[in-house]
Amino acid sequence: MVAQNIAFGILAAASVVAALRLVTTKNVVHAALYLVVVLSSVGAIYVLLFAEFVAVVQLLVYVGAVVVLFLFGIMLTRAQLGQDKDVDNDQRGIAAVTALFLVGVLTYGLWDYFGDDKLPEMEGVSQAALTAERGTRAVGDSIFSTYLVPFEAIGILLTAALVGAIVLARRD
Amino acid sequence: MLINQFLLLGAALFCIGVYGVLARRNGVLVLMSIELILNAVNINLIAFGHLWGADSAISGQVFALFTIAVAAAEVGVGLAIILLIYRNRTSVDLDEVDMMKG
Repeated sequence: MVAQNIAFGILAAASVVAALRLVTTKNVVHAALYLVVVLSSVGAIYVLLFAEFVAVVQLLVYVGAVVVLFLFGIMLTRAQLGQDKDVDNDQRGIAAVTALFLVGVLTYGLWDYFGDDKLPEMEGVSQAALTAERGTRAVGDSIFSTYLVPFEAIGILLTAALVGAIVLARRD
Repeated sequence: MLINQFLLLGAALFCIGVYGVLARRNGVLVLMSIELILNAVNINLIAFGHLWGADSAISGQVFALFTIAVAAAEVGVGLAIILLIYRNRTSVDLDEVDMMKG
């Protein structure tokens, strides 16, 4: 339990610091690399919540594909690779006020409602029971039975997005 | 572990993403901030699923997977749009895209 809390603290600090650097850095390529840190930390946090399959998908899809797509986007739009003065607009102050207000309201609401509620303890549960209950196999069974129609809809959405991206980005 | 640890981390990432969307003018950086917001949502989905037992844990994981797929589609189309803006005006400055402003 203590080890999990220490791991959570390290991962949460890493992801929040990297996210703050992501939205404040002047270098566009560094922002993409900070995004890798945030996404990997969040993936490790999924492991703490016993969602191993989602953690692996997070690494494969986000760190493997989406970040590469972002780097391609940076390359194709020829963003300046060094320090870029023009990455922020002139509403930083009001944006910071909005974000701080939002985080205040959310923190108050969450603390008021959930307080010291604990996540279920998994220390007495055997590894085999955990895997059977919420492992990759159970997730796959659920996708192809309960959530089959949404899954097919996601497939159509991805196809439509692929075709749309090609149509938009094609030179004609 | 407290449920609030995860929910507050999600709230913090969400608000950092909101700040990024509001304060950035480079289109690619705005899309990266949107990814932060979507990740915050995924943390919430998985944490709530874990809170309410095995069945909801599976549901939370499946919904997080769907969110990841939608996010991937969104990045593809979004980057194509930004590429088109760059091609038409040789800049990705979103403050210059104000044709719909009265």
